[in-house]
Amino acid sequence: MADEPAAAGAGQDYPTIDPTSFDVVLCGTGLPESVLAAACAAAGKTVLHVDPSPFYGSLYSSIPLPSLSSFLSPDPSTPSSTAAAAAASGSHTAVDLHRRGVYSEVETSGAVPEPARRFTVDLVGPRVMYCADEAVDLLLRSGGSHHVEFKSVDGGSLLYWEGSLYPVPDSKQTIFKDTTLKLLEKNVLYRFLKLVQDHIAATSGAGDAAGIISEEDLDLPFVKFLNQQKLSPKMRAVVLYAIAMADYDQDGPDPCEKLITTREGIQTIALYSSSVGRFANAEGAFIYPMYGHGELPQAFCRCAAVKGALYVLRMPVAALLMDEEKKHSVGARLASGQDILCKQLIIDPSYKIPTLDVPFDESDSNCPRKVARGICIFNKSVKQDASNVLVVFPPKCMVMLFLLVDPVSILDLALEEQQVATVRLLQLSSNLAVTYRKANLTCRFMAYLSTPCTDASTGKHCIKKAMDALFSPLDSDGSQGQLATTSGSTGDVKPTLIWSCVYVQEITQGTSSSLLSCPMPDENLDYRNILESTKKLFTDIYPDEEFLPKKSAPVHDDEDSDSGE
Amino acid sequence: MHGRPRRAAKPEDEEASSAKAAKLRDLQAQVLQNQHSGTYTKEAIGLSFKLLEINPEAYTAWNYRKLAFQHNIKELSEPEAIKSAIDDELRVVEVALRQNPKSYGAWYHRKWLLNQKLAPVDSKREFGLLDKLLKVDARNFHGWNYRRFLARFMGVPDEEELNYTMDKISDNFSNYSAWHNRSILLSNLLIKQNKGFESKQKIFSQEFELVTQALFIGPSDQSGWFYHLWLLAQTSTPDNPQLIASWPCSGAKLSSSLVKEKVEQNTLSSIWCHSLQERTVPMVLYFNEPVKGLNQSSVKLKSDLDFGKDIHWRALSMTDSGYSSCWTTYLQIANECSSSQQYSVEVSIPCSDDIVSRSGSNYNCPVHFTFTIELISDDAQDIDLFDKPVAYFSEPLESHGNCEPIPFDLLKITGALVEEDSNWHFERLSEEIDLFRELPDDNCKFVKLTLARLLLACAAIKSCGRSPHERKRYCEEALGHFSDLIRLDPSHKQYYEDERSLVLMDKLTCDMETFVKHCSVQVQPNSIPLNHVQLCKLSLTHVGFAERLMWVQVLDLSHNSLRSIEGLEALQQLVSLNISNNHISSFTALEPLTKIMFLKVLDLSSNEIGAHSMDTTRYICSSPFSHKIEAHEAFEECQKKNINVEEYWDAILFFKPLKLGQLDIKGNAVASKENFRTLVMTLIPSLKWLNGECVN
Repeated sequence: MADEPAAAGAGQDYPTIDPTSFDVVLCGTGLPESVLAAACAAAGKTVLHVDPSPFYGSLYSSIPLPSLSSFLSPDPSTPSSTAAAAAASGSHTAVDLHRRGVYSEVETSGAVPEPARRFTVDLVGPRVMYCADEAVDLLLRSGGSHHVEFKSVDGGSLLYWEGSLYPVPDSKQTIFKDTTLKLLEKNVLYRFLKLVQDHIAATSGAGDAAGIISEEDLDLPFVKFLNQQKLSPKMRAVVLYAIAMADYDQDGPDPCEKLITTREGIQTIALYSSSVGRFANAEGAFIYPMYGHGELPQAFCRCAAVKGALYVLRMPVAALLMDEEKKHSVGARLASGQDILCKQLIIDPSYKIPTLDVPFDESDSNCPRKVARGICIFNKSVKQDASNVLVVFPPKCMVMLFLLVDPVSILDLALEEQQVATVRLLQLSSNLAVTYRKANLTCRFMAYLSTPCTDASTGKHCIKKAMDALFSPLDSDGSQGQLATTSGSTGDVKPTLIWSCVYVQEITQGTSSSLLSCPMPDENLDYRNILESTKKLFTDIYPDEEFLPKKSAPVHDDEDSDSGE
Repeated sequence: MHGRPRRAAKPEDEEASSAKAAKLRDLQAQVLQNQHSGTYTKEAIGLSFKLLEINPEAYTAWNYRKLAFQHNIKELSEPEAIKSAIDDELRVVEVALRQNPKSYGAWYHRKWLLNQKLAPVDSKREFGLLDKLLKVDARNFHGWNYRRFLARFMGVPDEEELNYTMDKISDNFSNYSAWHNRSILLSNLLIKQNKGFESKQKIFSQEFELVTQALFIGPSDQSGWFYHLWLLAQTSTPDNPQLIASWPCSGAKLSSSLVKEKVEQNTLSSIWCHSLQERTVPMVLYFNEPVKGLNQSSVKLKSDLDFGKDIHWRALSMTDSGYSSCWTTYLQIANECSSSQQYSVEVSIPCSDDIVSRSGSNYNCPVHFTFTIELISDDAQDIDLFDKPVAYFSEPLESHGNCEPIPFDLLKITGALVEEDSNWHFERLSEEIDLFRELPDDNCKFVKLTLARLLLACAAIKSCGRSPHERKRYCEEALGHFSDLIRLDPSHKQYYEDERSLVLMDKLTCDMETFVKHCSVQVQPNSIPLNHVQLCKLSLTHVGFAERLMWVQVLDLSHNSLRSIEGLEALQQLVSLNISNNHISSFTALEPLTKIMFLKVLDLSSNEIGAHSMDTTRYICSSPFSHKIEAHEAFEECQKKNINVEEYWDAILFFKPLKLGQLDIKGNAVASKENFRTLVMTLIPSLKWLNGECVN
């Protein structure tokens, strides 16, 4: 758990590391680095894994709420290590390593409910795992699953449509129970799901080959295929944004650049449906790490440690060690001043990759992808009787007003703009709920929101708009008792927002050269893309090694590794 | 539990199973030994447990345990000891159910234990066991049976059990057992009129809505359709049985003879009743559903005529369940009468607890009607039907010069005798029809079949005499659906063809305008006029709506595809029947004709009798093997003439009761067989014309 305050690790009493040469040195314990560490260790490489922070996870961690603001806007005047300034030694050239600002537009409002330290927030939210996705398989394969507990997103998904929330009918059972759909809609929707199920069964060899959807249809934009199946606009929104998890508008008059194909759509649905019921105790398709996403990198680090990787926290890397031609990195200079030699150096994406004479793809940095995220705490669930719920705001479901000053008339201009990307919100019941009930206080719920964006302020606006749609602001006097009585008398009162934070995060892809940089948390709901590129990084370094083979799972070692930590 | 592929056994499996069999044989022998010797020691009982653990189907072991339990429990007095003995037994059942959740013996053992009522039942344990089992297999009907038993045993309110079925249906509506239990619970609640269940209409409307949700989501899932069918039956049939037709009908005037001049003048005022020559009037009562309990007190007759001995009502039915829609009695007129005289017969059927339907509801629509019998003692008028062989018209009826319109006003064949206010039913059914018309699964057989059934239910409500045109429109649409179904679902073709035949007959006979085209009065030269109905070349496979044909004396059903003539037994006035050129494949399929006492002319030519070695109708018919019929005399008579009784037993049983004067049977495989002609001649001494030849 990332419980210790970040500042506590500032002591300069660095340990000396022995040996001084490794196959792989990793800096930063984000999920990709941790998975790579576990994979390299499993492949029999010697691994040194360091992290400047006193906790695991880097950009993928879960941190105590009071530490959030300092994490999002770090003090720019952090002195670069004096050790790094020391000149080159021996045959290497040292190149200073700097961290970059990943977060911008941070805006917090409201007061954090006490005890604030008991709230832990994810930096990668909203995020879940499909019960049947790669991340879960990796955890099972590596033995990491011994170190994490999960809870299921048992409240299912909700779709924000025409100003109200509707349950997402995603199975025969939920369609049957749904009270908002018309009979014909139910018929069409289930027929579509059946069609997809038959296709999935047929392609996996289990079903009737007649159920296979034609190649021609698979290459169609998914939305066209849905139209062919006569799905109504609302049903299309359900399938596109709440089941196939499309990010951008698929159903607009002019086609957007990111139309997903039927093949991609069906792939996600296949994952979704194989996730439902995979684990007997998980209701629905999604699971969430019991104590936050920071658990995941930590679990993989433990796997790596079991396989012999060396871990040092509170140990920044100050500089890269380059060979004479400044083409290849040969090691890292730690903040302690110690030089570590390695064949492969992998660094956290929060480090700026120094301009080297290394061929490097610049296209990403020209127009960086961004994701706007939000975290909020409120007093009651958005869905009655459900604690963990996913809410999807499909594109164009909210209209946003921008106030601009017209340069000619010097008047305020109201500019209407439609939301272009999907906003997703994941509500989780605070694990403190029990404590609160005991203390006779109202329950607390926490939600994470995100939307991809190219322009930071638009993204931030979207997040705020979505919060406005679901929550009512806290009264200016902030009196809780009054709220409790009003919400008690009328059942249909919106939850009240107590605290919120909105920020925008840059996204860079992982890069592979002699210096590997791992991917940042992306805008997706799951880890599939991140793990995909992580796997690619691994095969780039070790083309002949298997990525976390099944046999690497320690069967009885988990107790040992737990006590070893 | 369902839809799991079967794996082929591997060699090592075989080895294991033979080892298991040896062990089982050993255990079984020991348990049987203990059973015989009445050994109820702890070790002996332990052996039976070992056996049941492996094979819960060993029923003797269960019985042995029951005996042992009864034996040992006598020696226990402390409630604690008794309780622990019961617990032991319950645990054995649980272990057995783990091996086979569908073991009859295990479930029965548990019920037996509870029924001993030796200790209070731990309802939490029982319902917990059920919850677990029904979670593994929600359609385990043993589980559902036990649940019903337990609910009754523990006095669980039906409302609670109803909620449980709802939970199970919400989990997965493809669950016959849950829907079935729901139908039972709802019936009970509606009968008991529990709070919230006062209005049948309200409850059924809700149920219709519920089940349509399932039907629209999975139109090819059968379980919901079965429930819908139950709802439809509840909605479209009246609660209590009703009399829908009778022969003679109200106001009818029967005559033993007819004055020829009146016929020629077309001023017929009475119906010639052939059987009156033998001083017998068959009387038929036709109900909307099978009933039982017709007797002298439930059907009261009042007349100046003397009907002699007790009036005995017989069910006209091919099954012997005791229930039948159609009942008959032969009124034997014992009076001596010298001149023309008219007698009226008053019939009244009061509300009666005797007459009950299968569902147990009694007859509560009192009916009263009168008909007249005219006796003419003019022996000179005695008519011989069989002077010449009776010919059938081959042309359409209208063109025949000798045709006379039927005096329909005398027959009063339309309309049920009782009408019921059925607005709600009609509206409900119409709503359902509109819904399913919208369901876009054009090729789903259940949709089409249900739609057809709904349309027919609507038609049946509309029938009550008022709007034959609407009824015909419903029939038209239903006919279209059945034609589609025959194409879509060939494996059930025959069922759809039968249904289509019924609708077709309904359509042709439901209103006078159409029906009259098929009716005429046939006047044979030198003979009396007969009421004639012609339903040829219609591809009929099955006979329906016999209650509308009970007045018919000559019926022509030739050139159809009849496989069965069930229903014709109601036509007690029938004198002449033509079913040539059909698909009748056996004599057993003709059994209804043996119930028509006065049938004289029968044309069976060009059927398939004797062409099929398998008789598919036999299973529902009586045969010598079922010990239900006494035909020794006929068999002996045939044996004397060297007729192979084993081969011809069905023919013998068929011909024996008939008193035909004319028979055509050429064009059947059986007719060309050796001895067949001798058989017919032996069994029907009255026969005058066989296959067009004079034989007598």
